[in-house]
Amino acid sequence: MKAFTRLDGRAAPLSLANIDTDQIIPKQFLKTVEREGLAKGLFYDFRFDEQGREKSDFVLNDPAYKGARILIAGDNFGCGSSREHAPWALQDFGIDCVIAPSFADIFHGNCFNNGLLPVVLKPEEVEALMDEARGGNHVFSVDLEQQTVTAPSGAVFRFDIDPGRKEKMLKGLDAIGETLQHAGDIDVYEMKRAIGQPWLELGA
Amino acid sequence: MPGMAGKTLYDKIWDAHVVAEENGEAILYIDLHLIHEVTTPQAFAGLRAAGRKVRRPDRTLAVADHNTPTENQALGVDAVEDEEARLQLQTLGRNVADAGIEYFPMGDLRNGIVHVVGPEQGRTQPGMTVVCGDSHTSTHGAFGALAHGIGTSEVEHVLASQTLRQRKSKNMRVVIDGKPGPGVTAKDLALAVIGEIGTAGGTGYVIEYAGEAVRDLSMEGRMTLCNLTIEGGARAGLVAPDQKTFDYIMGRPAAPKGAAWEMALSYWKSFVSDGDAVFDREVRLDAAAIAPTVTWGTSPEDVIPVTGVVPDPATFATPDKRAAVERALDYMGLKAGQPITEARIDRVFIGSCTNSRIEDLRAAAAVVQRAFLEGKLVAPHVRAMVVPGSGLVKEQAEAEGLDAMFKAAGFDWREPGCSMCLGMNPDRLAPGERCASTSNRNFEGRQGRGGRTHLMSPAMAAAAAIAGHIADVRDFL
Repeated sequence: MKAFTRLDGRAAPLSLANIDTDQIIPKQFLKTVEREGLAKGLFYDFRFDEQGREKSDFVLNDPAYKGARILIAGDNFGCGSSREHAPWALQDFGIDCVIAPSFADIFHGNCFNNGLLPVVLKPEEVEALMDEARGGNHVFSVDLEQQTVTAPSGAVFRFDIDPGRKEKMLKGLDAIGETLQHAGDIDVYEMKRAIGQPWLELGA
Repeated sequence: MPGMAGKTLYDKIWDAHVVAEENGEAILYIDLHLIHEVTTPQAFAGLRAAGRKVRRPDRTLAVADHNTPTENQALGVDAVEDEEARLQLQTLGRNVADAGIEYFPMGDLRNGIVHVVGPEQGRTQPGMTVVCGDSHTSTHGAFGALAHGIGTSEVEHVLASQTLRQRKSKNMRVVIDGKPGPGVTAKDLALAVIGEIGTAGGTGYVIEYAGEAVRDLSMEGRMTLCNLTIEGGARAGLVAPDQKTFDYIMGRPAAPKGAAWEMALSYWKSFVSDGDAVFDREVRLDAAAIAPTVTWGTSPEDVIPVTGVVPDPATFATPDKRAAVERALDYMGLKAGQPITEARIDRVFIGSCTNSRIEDLRAAAAVVQRAFLEGKLVAPHVRAMVVPGSGLVKEQAEAEGLDAMFKAAGFDWREPGCSMCLGMNPDRLAPGERCASTSNRNFEGRQGRGGRTHLMSPAMAAAAAIAGHIADVRDFL
């Protein structure tokens, strides 16, 4: 997994609550067997009309937000389906951090497995950042080590994050590799289970 | 320890599966891993790239469901016209063959929607941990199993280690007291719960459902209830196992047999919340106060009784919420104050992991039959389809003559799969089409770009098909 330490970049405000993963990446883009190349489907119905033409009124189509690395969104971002294509599409588009008052559980976990940082701030703080983001052409800084978001005005917002997740994100650790260091514990667990619940060992 | 509160059902399943703990995270053993074509190709590719093997192919079961067309399935992947979808199905076929994982491919009688197949095969059992790269894995909680959706990185993690790294959730209990009135089903109870707690109300929690109305539900009803838990934000929902649970499992292909059955039964019976267990949050509803329920908007929390009117944005508390409601009404083509039964529908979809089991089809067929005997068919302007949840459900329905009833009334009788619940396959709504749907999500574009979804029970969907607009099923009983 790629590490996340700090990023400096433009932030795009998307002031909607309950943005679901069907919105982030519609189903027609889930037929791929690859992780890459999903940027084309990101927010597809927001970005393009039925003829496939860009909608000029959508924030990520506004030249002022070109190259945005941060998305600022409303409550319950990423609700709905478990599709990891959602964080993949955001990252493929260049977005490595989403700031919102709250995230849906499965999406939130998926972000950490991909080095995409979900930052939870208070609703009024998110609102303040949205205001600063409007108009584009500015630089926000997100520092994971310090757990801060710095707005273009210089205002600093501190966020909480689980220490274990923070460390993994900073180092870009491979979760599977970490777990497989416990292979001995898993062996022991399986031996106990085979004695206690033998019916689970009798084939399917 | 004296004075210490008892454990919840969730606490007990959790404790029974902790392999190790590290940095506030548990490495949790996974008893059953269900997989399908859409969320696994990148996981198997990751395993290959790292030179890792599938640790427990015997604790893994694969189906093809999301991409599959609902006709001509006997042709196998040749039935799939979409090239990308075909490649994804072929990739799953290769991956499971390499790993030695049991697979029910399209066309196999045992194939179907992953959350229908697991329980149907007796794979889902009380006290288990069950995961799948699909958010509606919460369905399996109906058996008192801790079951939830995971992302593809986690699918790879489970394939490689048969474990998952997890942080423990909080405990919520949703108690539904009393007895529901006529025409009120598990779907209506579930929609009422989501309406009560909101679509993010369960975030960070595992929900245990309890109360008379929950105990009275059949296993299939409990599956519907647990299925929709994720639409209230909680990853997992649970119902404590009881005699109904055991009776349902007994005799199924993967159920324990003989002496092992008795041993399993005694183990399963320990998975109930202690009388003195403490829940972080408790919500109570009265089943008798719940009417047949439909959604009016683009979030599953946007529910009203079928006797209700479309809400007025001005009545919502915050500017954000008012703007969201205006956007939803515009998308749905509805006006504030309009009785919801005035909404004329174009399509009906009876199916999905929420409502495609035999009891769902029987409930819909009963409404259709009653209307049929009065000379009524599917309204001429409505295209209605029924998609059984699995080949076995389809076979059972056909043995009972349900297919003949549906077809005689003008329904299209399809082959199993996720179908129009998510429109990844050829079944989808055209822009502007309004659908009475037994599925689980009414998000913008979920069933097809510009499509308008109203969630409801199978009996309500059948009533809508005949009326040609959203209708109160109680007028059809």
